[in-house]
Amino acid sequence: MPPVFGVLFDGVAYGMLLFLMSVGLSVTLGMMNFVNLAHCSFAMLGGYVTVTLMNALHWPFFATLPAAFIAGAAASVVLERIFFRRFYNASELNQCVLTIGIVFVSVAAAAYIYGTDQQPMQLPSYLQGSITFLGLDFAIYRLFLIVAAALITILLVVTLEWTRFGAQVRAAVNNQRMARGLGIDVDTLFAITFALGGGLAGLGGGLAIAMLGLDPSFALTYLIYVLIVVSVGGLGSIAGSFVAAMLLGVADMAGKYYVPAFGSVLIYLVMLVVIMWRPSGLFGRR
Amino acid sequence: MSSDTIAAPASAAAPTAPLAFLRAQGRWHWAEIAFWLATLLPFVLTPDYLVLASQVAISALFALSLDLILGFSGIVSLGHAAYFGVGAYTAGLLSVWGWGEPLTGLVVAGAVTGVVGYVTSFVIARFRHLALIMITLGFGLLLQEAANSAGWLTGGFNGLQGVHTWPIFGKFEFDLYGYTAYAYALAVLFLIFLVARRIIHSPFGLALRGIRENGTRMPAIGAPTHSHIRTIYTIAAIIAGVAGAILTQSTETVSLEALGFQRSADVLVMLIVGGTGKLYGGLIGAAVYMVARDQFSGLNPQYWYFWIGLLLIAVVMFLPNGILGGLAGIADFVKTKWTKTP
Repeated sequence: MPPVFGVLFDGVAYGMLLFLMSVGLSVTLGMMNFVNLAHCSFAMLGGYVTVTLMNALHWPFFATLPAAFIAGAAASVVLERIFFRRFYNASELNQCVLTIGIVFVSVAAAAYIYGTDQQPMQLPSYLQGSITFLGLDFAIYRLFLIVAAALITILLVVTLEWTRFGAQVRAAVNNQRMARGLGIDVDTLFAITFALGGGLAGLGGGLAIAMLGLDPSFALTYLIYVLIVVSVGGLGSIAGSFVAAMLLGVADMAGKYYVPAFGSVLIYLVMLVVIMWRPSGLFGRR
Repeated sequence: MSSDTIAAPASAAAPTAPLAFLRAQGRWHWAEIAFWLATLLPFVLTPDYLVLASQVAISALFALSLDLILGFSGIVSLGHAAYFGVGAYTAGLLSVWGWGEPLTGLVVAGAVTGVVGYVTSFVIARFRHLALIMITLGFGLLLQEAANSAGWLTGGFNGLQGVHTWPIFGKFEFDLYGYTAYAYALAVLFLIFLVARRIIHSPFGLALRGIRENGTRMPAIGAPTHSHIRTIYTIAAIIAGVAGAILTQSTETVSLEALGFQRSADVLVMLIVGGTGKLYGGLIGAAVYMVARDQFSGLNPQYWYFWIGLLLIAVVMFLPNGILGGLAGIADFVKTKWTKTP
């Protein structure tokens, strides 16, 4: 396979993972302006749930994914009800401090329970290897990632665009006070959205292990990528998050392949330029 | 606290009142004098912990620098270690290139960091909220990656090798016990603290607090908000650079840790724990944090951040103004009780 296609293919698969892990944060940030730095901890939780169920209880891989989703959703609802809801009107600094505290706790807890090593994971045999199509090799798992994430994205867009719930969410993101005035129960709506976002992050974490690995620093490492996706894409914009995640995925892969000496310099530089150019992101409304 | 300090000069009838108000604010309290005398105690009481004490002083200086922009001007930064790192590497490189004199090294490091801070301040002054957080975070990460990539200059992952600091004034050698290091760090901390204290109790300092409280109203009353932010951001960068330089000079090594995200997060934690927007918040926070880390890491080094995380959650939930804010609350409570009972 020519390197250009390989980089593009891997980049898109990587971008799909980033999108799953960040879309929930984008919507909740757009709705409540709550800076949740602990969002990647939900993804990490999903990853550990998948690993534990597969290695200790020998569940099949596909059965663990709903469990990862539920774990992420449950954790986010519990945290939202106990901590986050008290901080919706607090300063960004306090929100950052609270959620970074949760990240620290989650990282240390993961290190305590699972140790600091990378978690081993054996994919089912039908997801291993690669297939050849038009003379190009495609790794099956990455193909699966792209298809799965694309299906979830379509589901998400359909839900948000064509259902009553979706219309309410869009109204709340657009103008929270007006939505309240129209009688929409924004608090409940937000709790549900938060659960969905946490669940998607958990699912993303479960899917990510085979490609990105899993160790306790996951919550911090990918937090930065997720924040980049959210801020570059624009708060509350699913299309923005999707485009930003694809760009970031491909750019990161390309950077690592073609100019490894520069590390992630390129990514950060592009992010800085985009945010300075458009402070509310590429697709941001505010 | 700050809303009444801002309102006070406006209602003043006599023309000298605003200055008199600032002067009253800037008067030395006995507790402050006691605090600075107490910083000399480690020389007598815990001579075995002078190395730790010097680390505390350096962190305190760094936290003071963050307090100037975050606590007093409301600029949230998740990448403040960038300036600490620039100062640390400047001092280190100077020494590697053959000039290990500490005091001039400090000045050069401060100057270089000041230039970097001034240039970046033009960007900082234009943004707020999430965009600002992402820009400071991105700048910190960018610098860290750049230092990692530029191995020929910085030594990359292995850190800068061959730093040697000459004795201070040609006399006081940096010793293994940290005697000189603590005296040096403490002296610089005290001098810079005096400067910071003066800035905060000046009309300029009052304007900064105004920007923190309401960034849109300040330009409306004629305050040049952007230029104020640029000034204080540059000053804060210089202080952070000096702190970094002292770390390099006293430990004679520089590693990538000096400008990592971890350090930015640590200093934020110190400031939050101590109390933001109070000159002594960063100092107290640094002391508590560093001493606690020293004690806890002896027990279980890996899980230090578990307790830090819990501490952070507890502080934002129950002590929103940090330790100093909590103490002030207790003092107020006691005072009102005493004045009421008789």
